[in-house]
Amino acid sequence: MTASTIDRTTFDALREAAGAEFVVELVDTFAEEAPGMLAELRRALAANDAETFRRAAHSLKSNGSTFGATAFAAMARELELGGLASVAGRGDERLEALEGEYARVLAALKALRHA
Amino acid sequence: MRDRTGEPARLLVVDDNKVNRLLLTRSLELQGHRVSSAADGRLALEMLRREPVDLVLLDMEMPEMDGFQVLEVLVDDVQLRDMPVIVTSSLEGVAHVVRCIELGAEDYLTKPVNPVLLKARIDACLEKKRLRDAQKELVRRFATPEVAQDLQKSGFSLGGKRVRASVLFCDIRGFTTLAESQAPEETIELLNTWYTLMFDAIGGHGGVVTQMMGDGLMAVFGAPVALPDHEARAVQAAQEMIELVGLFGREREAAGKPPIAVGIGIASGEMVAGYVGTQERASYTCIGDTVNLASRLEAHTKVAQRGILVDGATRERLGEGFPTEALGPVQFKGKTTAVEVYAVEAGRNG
Repeated sequence: MTASTIDRTTFDALREAAGAEFVVELVDTFAEEAPGMLAELRRALAANDAETFRRAAHSLKSNGSTFGATAFAAMARELELGGLASVAGRGDERLEALEGEYARVLAALKALRHA
Repeated sequence: MRDRTGEPARLLVVDDNKVNRLLLTRSLELQGHRVSSAADGRLALEMLRREPVDLVLLDMEMPEMDGFQVLEVLVDDVQLRDMPVIVTSSLEGVAHVVRCIELGAEDYLTKPVNPVLLKARIDACLEKKRLRDAQKELVRRFATPEVAQDLQKSGFSLGGKRVRASVLFCDIRGFTTLAESQAPEETIELLNTWYTLMFDAIGGHGGVVTQMMGDGLMAVFGAPVALPDHEARAVQAAQEMIELVGLFGREREAAGKPPIAVGIGIASGEMVAGYVGTQERASYTCIGDTVNLASRLEAHTKVAQRGILVDGATRERLGEGFPTEALGPVQFKGKTTAVEVYAVEAGRNG
């Protein structure tokens, strides 16, 4: 599962460039920050706040790409570019899918820390 | 990358996303830069106004004040206008890139930023900044502080405006003979010392040297910064110039070298002051009858055997402290009527 969740080429390049120890720190930071951004997506969906929705999705996409979380980044990107309008009626479902992928990403990243 | 003084470059990372901010800061520190960071545009501007920064790495998508707004503020800020900015963003679409470049960004890098590309762009950017700073330093060194400030404030544009001012011409008497009697290196050294003394006397009285012509120079008092007593200042500067040249001459004599003497002409009145030249190369200068007259008066010092000659307009505004001697009207080349010429005392050529 790890292989498909995190693109190893991207992750290894990151570790190569920034240093393994630093990447451990960076994963911890992502683990601290991401739940807030996911919660913000939920709030924006409930409040019908398109701008906040787009911005939160944008941030998650950006962080996903950094770690090589390809599928996660692609899902966030769809939300960013499509916006609130595109999830009409299926917002909860889409966010649940994203949250599910986030859990897999985090587990994979934590496993990779010691790899 | 380190600049020539060996100091690391000071970079500011602006990004609201903590992961991005930490990663970019880390990459830049690994490249040897000193990095500070800000979580939004407003904080970034505060830091830019508070501490010296060589280059900004700016995210676009931010709460509070976004990257576009930061770029807009920078463009309008005289102090920060030249701050180089590299945009790092994961915003998609060419329109965003175009907008950033139009707002003055040096470059646009898509996140996640490739470290090799990042390094290349930053080094290029810092090199450009170093050249620009060197250019500013050149302007400062060669253009006089007044002109440099005028340039900074109003920007560069060819064309002039009418001003009332005094123009002073000064040259070294018998320079050609002098130059022929000594080694070229010695002549250059002589000129450098002489210019240093003249700049000192002129600048000390609020004047600006606008031209250096071999063994001569032109200075203006009252432009680009207006001076109510420009006539008296020009004459005081002239008296100090004669005095300094006298001291310098005695020093030379003591070293077994021939002394030097100067002649100074001053005229006052209306003239056009501004930047003359081409878009690529221009200098600040003054043009008009008054300028021509000052040059003629300077040439006439040899005939009159006096150190300082002034026109009627200058003498009129001098007041009690400056004894002058009327030398009568002189017909100058290019003038339709004769001009009253006055010699200023304490200027009997050292």
